[in-house]
Amino acid sequence: MAQESSENVIDQPEVMKPRMVTIEIAGKKVDVPEGITVVRAMWYAGIDVVRGVGCLGGFCGACATYYRTKDDPKVRTCLACQMAVQDGMSFTMMPPFPARKATYDIQTLQDPKQDLFNLYPEAPLCRNCNACTEACPQKIDVREGVWKAVFGDFKSVSEMFMDCVMCGMCTPVCIADIAPNLVALYVSRAQGAHFTDKPAGLDTRIKEIQDGTFKDEWAKILKMNEEELAEHCATVK
Amino acid sequence: MDIHALQQIVHQTRDARRKQTIPKFSPTDRDHLIHKYHPDFRASAYRPIKFGPNEGDKTVVELATLLEGDSSIQDNADLTPQYSCDVLVIGGGGAGCAAALHAHHAGAKTILATKLRLGDSNSVMAQGGMQISVAPEDSPVTHFIDTLKGGHMENDHALLKVMVEEGPSIAKWLLELGVLFDRQADGNLHVKKGGGSSKPRLLTCSDYTGLEIMRVLKDEVINQKIQLLEFAAAVELLSDGQGTCTGAIFRDLDNQRHIVVAAKSVILATGGIGRLHIQGFPTSNHYGATGDGLCLAYRMGAKLAHVDTFQYHPSGAVYPEQLIGALVTEGIRSEGGHLVNAKGERFVNELDTRDVVSSSIIRECEEGRGIRTMSGRVGVWLDTPLLDAEHGSGTVEKHFPAMMMQFERFGIDISKDPVLIYPTLHYQNGGVKIDTNSETNVKNLFVAGEASGGLHGRNRLMGNSLLDLMVFGKRSGLTAAGRAKSMKQGALTLRHVQQFRAEAKKQGNASGVISPMILPAYTRKVG
Repeated sequence: MAQESSENVIDQPEVMKPRMVTIEIAGKKVDVPEGITVVRAMWYAGIDVVRGVGCLGGFCGACATYYRTKDDPKVRTCLACQMAVQDGMSFTMMPPFPARKATYDIQTLQDPKQDLFNLYPEAPLCRNCNACTEACPQKIDVREGVWKAVFGDFKSVSEMFMDCVMCGMCTPVCIADIAPNLVALYVSRAQGAHFTDKPAGLDTRIKEIQDGTFKDEWAKILKMNEEELAEHCATVK
Repeated sequence: MDIHALQQIVHQTRDARRKQTIPKFSPTDRDHLIHKYHPDFRASAYRPIKFGPNEGDKTVVELATLLEGDSSIQDNADLTPQYSCDVLVIGGGGAGCAAALHAHHAGAKTILATKLRLGDSNSVMAQGGMQISVAPEDSPVTHFIDTLKGGHMENDHALLKVMVEEGPSIAKWLLELGVLFDRQADGNLHVKKGGGSSKPRLLTCSDYTGLEIMRVLKDEVINQKIQLLEFAAAVELLSDGQGTCTGAIFRDLDNQRHIVVAAKSVILATGGIGRLHIQGFPTSNHYGATGDGLCLAYRMGAKLAHVDTFQYHPSGAVYPEQLIGALVTEGIRSEGGHLVNAKGERFVNELDTRDVVSSSIIRECEEGRGIRTMSGRVGVWLDTPLLDAEHGSGTVEKHFPAMMMQFERFGIDISKDPVLIYPTLHYQNGGVKIDTNSETNVKNLFVAGEASGGLHGRNRLMGNSLLDLMVFGKRSGLTAAGRAKSMKQGALTLRHVQQFRAEAKKQGNASGVISPMILPAYTRKVG
């Protein structure tokens, strides 16, 4: 418990009561406290959310949501766990979208850059509308990424899409029926599995373990009693 | 004063603090600090479990109540299976995906069931990295010693040895699947230093390590055409009536119907308990972290280990309000970020183990040196702009893009302003006791990942969780698959539930709850 002394330097402002704002959830008006997240606003309004919530930390992409702010015609996208509500806001969650994911065995691909066109033949049909980039809540230049994939610059794609949470909001907007996040996932995995150097040090370490290089050290440690082990641990800084 | 005015002291004291070194606590001081301030030592939050395999052992009230809870399945439920398989994996996070992939690869007919979508888990949020001793100056033995020290010497030695020795082969497996770990200029894996580790050992994919691994594993599960049951919450296990696990019952969360699955082996990979909000703490955990696997395994007679100890990650966000409890990665402290109290002072070696750092933050706040937000929460500063000052402008943005974006959404630039933090409920150190094959004392019931216990002792070291998931996911999957070939499917009964009910009745049915919880009750019912 807090000590009452001159040491106590905590500032003690009056705890503020939240202001209520009126928002629209899937077309229905509700009053919720200002500034709570979109997903919390749904809970506050008494809506059970099962599909549409995952990690609640902005990483899993489960809570893809369309929203519009007051008097603005532009419909934007967000992750519901990462967006605060404001007065006059209107939103609805994105339903699961039936995008086609190609299946492949990443390790046995013979020519990954050419295989892209067999797995995702629609990828080169991008008509440059840029809707995917505008839809990305992670601010990835998705359109640029699709073109880079098509031109075989897999390395750049894998770097650009490291932020991708696979929410899939780039997909319903595509007039060429490309699923850019799935294309980028294939490209990134191919980059890792086929176009990245094998780390030599890792193989050395695996061989050392197989050859029993640490055998004596293990034997020494595993036969120590509790006290000896504690003393040994204290020597490792 | 508003939060921005209170921040000024961090900027004013930065240069002076950079010259300071804060020594780590002596073992005595460390124990004293933890006993006084760590939530694990708040006696009033604990009570003994009344019956079952861990009768008399103490755990937090929230968990004890669920463990003693009643099943939602009636004794006379229809147990005709809709699905049959060799290996049933319950849970779609890192451990579940690893288990399913290895079982499938070994030729077993595998089903992966998860109560949310495939991949919705804590694994996807792991930012700090994955500890594997790949550096020449490092070794699995050193990894073992560091982990043991972090776990207060209570780790299961056999489990720990297996984990550190299999680490490098796991890294190789992930690389072959296309995971893009950060590299050094010479092509070798880049390693970062983590709290409580004596050598740099963290493999990273910037601050998206868990996301990158999970993107790949999820994709692989789909490519391998492993049968998925999504939005299927496990509500009960099945036994042959003689104590061997033979399947599970799920509730389809879309239509509330039951799904019965017969399986030669069951692997629980159901994760942790953050959403129980133990002791009222906010949590960094995902929506489904409600300890379901613990309840299911316990009812079937599986013994739990170390269920009295939880990890409170030192840096959960306190401001802005929308991010309360969200994790601010330990990577910031690994790269030299200071913890600063309201007087502008450092108060702990930032790279000490998580329990020590969390205890010291709680001490600062309880002794009145915390910073209070307008909503009444208290925390201390994490000096993020220091990283740019120390390593050059743009460092924070380059090394922590995920975190930059998270705060940017609420108008906060963490490369310019410090972040207010307080410990957040992060990890369940213990869980269902397993052997080196990841099997429990219940035959053919395996547990992998956070739901399991013993490996981490009383405090998990940063970066050991991702490795735990992969190693014991693999071991459970391979053992279960190997066994399936020479085994017949056992009978499906609820005998263990009947026995558990009889026991509960003797104790007066005091729990009053149905478990597992499945999802936290966040939906407002009145108003």
